Amino acid sequence: MNSQRQSPVYRSRLLQPASERTPDSHPLTWRLRDDGQVVDLKDYESKQGYEAVRLVLDEGDPQAVIAAVKEANVRGRGGAGFSAGLKWSLTLQGGDIPRGYIVCNADEMEPGTFKDRLLMEQQPHLLIEGMILAAFANNARFGYIFLRGEYVESARVLTAALAEAREAGWLGPDIAGSGFDFDIALHTGAGRYICGEETALLNSLEGHRANPRAKPPFPGQSGAWGKPTVVNNVETLCNVPAVMLRGADWFQALSGDRTDDGGTKLYGASGLVNRPGLWELPIGTTGRELLELAGGVRDGRELKAWLPGGASTGFLLPEHLDLPLDFDTVGKEGSRLGTGLITVVTEDQSMVALMRNLEEFFARESCGWCTPCREGLPWTVKLLLALERGEGEAGDVELLDKLAADCGPGLTFCAHAPGAAMPLQSALRHFRHEFEQGVRYPKGKPHADPIPAGEV
Amino acid sequence: MMEPTPTPQTITTDGFRLHPEDEAAMRAEASHYEQPQAACIEALKIVQRRHGWVPDDAIPAIARILGVGPASVEGVATFYSLIFRQPVGRHVILVCDSSSCFLTGSDQLREALSERLGIGLGQTTADGRFTLLPVCCLGACDGGPALMIDDDVYGPVGAEELAGLLEGYP
Ligand SMILES: Cc1cc2nc3c(=O)[nH]c(=O)nc-3n(C[C@H](O)[C@H](O)[C@H](O)COP(=O)(O)O)c2cc1C
Ligand code: SF4
Ligand code: FES
Repeated sequence: MNSQRQSPVYRSRLLQPASERTPDSHPLTWRLRDDGQVVDLKDYESKQGYEAVRLVLDEGDPQAVIAAVKEANVRGRGGAGFSAGLKWSLTLQGGDIPRGYIVCNADEMEPGTFKDRLLMEQQPHLLIEGMILAAFANNARFGYIFLRGEYVESARVLTAALAEAREAGWLGPDIAGSGFDFDIALHTGAGRYICGEETALLNSLEGHRANPRAKPPFPGQSGAWGKPTVVNNVETLCNVPAVMLRGADWFQALSGDRTDDGGTKLYGASGLVNRPGLWELPIGTTGRELLELAGGVRDGRELKAWLPGGASTGFLLPEHLDLPLDFDTVGKEGSRLGTGLITVVTEDQSMVALMRNLEEFFARESCGWCTPCREGLPWTVKLLLALERGEGEAGDVELLDKLAADCGPGLTFCAHAPGAAMPLQSALRHFRHEFEQGVRYPKGKPHADPIPAGEV
Repeated sequence: MMEPTPTPQTITTDGFRLHPEDEAAMRAEASHYEQPQAACIEALKIVQRRHGWVPDDAIPAIARILGVGPASVEGVATFYSLIFRQPVGRHVILVCDSSSCFLTGSDQLREALSERLGIGLGQTTADGRFTLLPVCCLGACDGGPALMIDDDVYGPVGAEELAGLLEGYP
């Protein structure tokens, strides 16, 4: 460890003091401590921890859990917004179907996203409790937390919490005297963004290269080692205990009449804001509210554009600041809510340079399986680099349109390529002139080797 | 039964031996899964923790323990960016180059690092102290520009703070 006093050690933190957080309004974070220390088992149990597990196992009806999660409309917080209850209702179980797996997607690597880290580092038992409930609902025999390798602190905290939970009988055989048995292992990765795609994640979990798998079959039918497998994001699973304890209606009501989506969301802001951070807010909070919490755009600059939820979402403009940030509303604007952590771009930032940075990321992180992604993205980067230097050629901007279109939904094996296309297409739509300015000879190149006048 | 493991300084790929503790750790990992192949990434990381990187001859050794072909271990070893197939420095610096850090100055941070260490991305200092690598979003975007040195995350890091920071990693 570095011993320098002023070393800028990074610590995950929520920018809302405990006095502003209540069990009624902040199901994800009300237990978090102001000093940022871990909520350990004792602390967690003294604050209604594992009460949902006790309640649900006492009642003993897995279908009731699925119905409640469906009714609460808990939508996947990993970025796609798929209804968790619906996903669970499609998991194969019963008859002679073997018990499967719950896999928590803790690969958090979407640029601009730093929310799951907070939940894992400060309140690991909420995730464990959510996984136990998900396991019971889906008849899973074992769970894995697939954690990205760089989250060393999360690994340390989770390892300790899993041991605590096992010791206390919340994991293992016959949980809380119910006859239900379930345990969880921590699985840490070794880099590569594509591991977060749920079927690539399963390949990685099984010890293969992280290439995605064909769907169908969906993981709920045939996932890890061919068994029914539920893959959910950390934040999604962390919502389940409160839904079971307080009911679907309460969860739905958390978002008031802002949106049909239920619950709260860990929202965040980074990029050029004065006070980057994380907040738990009702789902449907607007970009303007978030920007205000973040202390506004940095140094009084003007807002140019923003990404609503990570690198694979489309750019929105200042005029979109008053829209509720929920899955459907943002989807209607040609973008996606994604992870709900906004990235703020200021007026002085070249969109061509920013797009080059984003596409470098997508090109490097392609798994290489399909051509438009493997070949198209590096080509996109090359074109953007040329435009950035003012050395683009006539037709380059149109070529970018085409390369992005080739990566569109349904044309590649997984959603990585569409994720690369969306910000590019939105940037080309909203800021086309910036790209066109990078073309050196818009009317075509002059003769390659002109004969200087008067020298014949 | 086992000979002592060579130290990282003397290791060559043809002198590779799995440390008995590492072998035991790999077998313990493998027991968490339906099939031992699933412990492959962890096995590579176990070798890397001891040696700093994964030499070629570690591949068949791991394959033997997991009961899989060396080609599948090699395939995994070459896919993941945090598995190093060449020697690295005593400390690995991962500089985030994703969007939020790009907006808050990761290019300047990387340039300052390069200048101070006299190396570019993917290179190791002549004294074997530091290797500099790019990394995707470290999930520390509210502390951008961010970087990681070994297991420690820092951010926001100003160029003027680098000297003090690096001192902590002799
Ligand atoms: C390239 C790519 C990367 C992804 N990375 C993540 C990730 O890091 N974490 C995550 O929860 N979901 C990620 N997803 C989404 C998952 O595929 C999947 O939708 C999610 O884990 C489902 O959980 P949820 O319904 O609870 O959100 C990624 C998807 C793609 C296409
Ligand atoms: S779209 Fe890209 S990341 Fe996804 S499978 Fe194809 S090549 Fe791999
Ligand atoms: S973009 Fe650098 S830490 Fe997220």
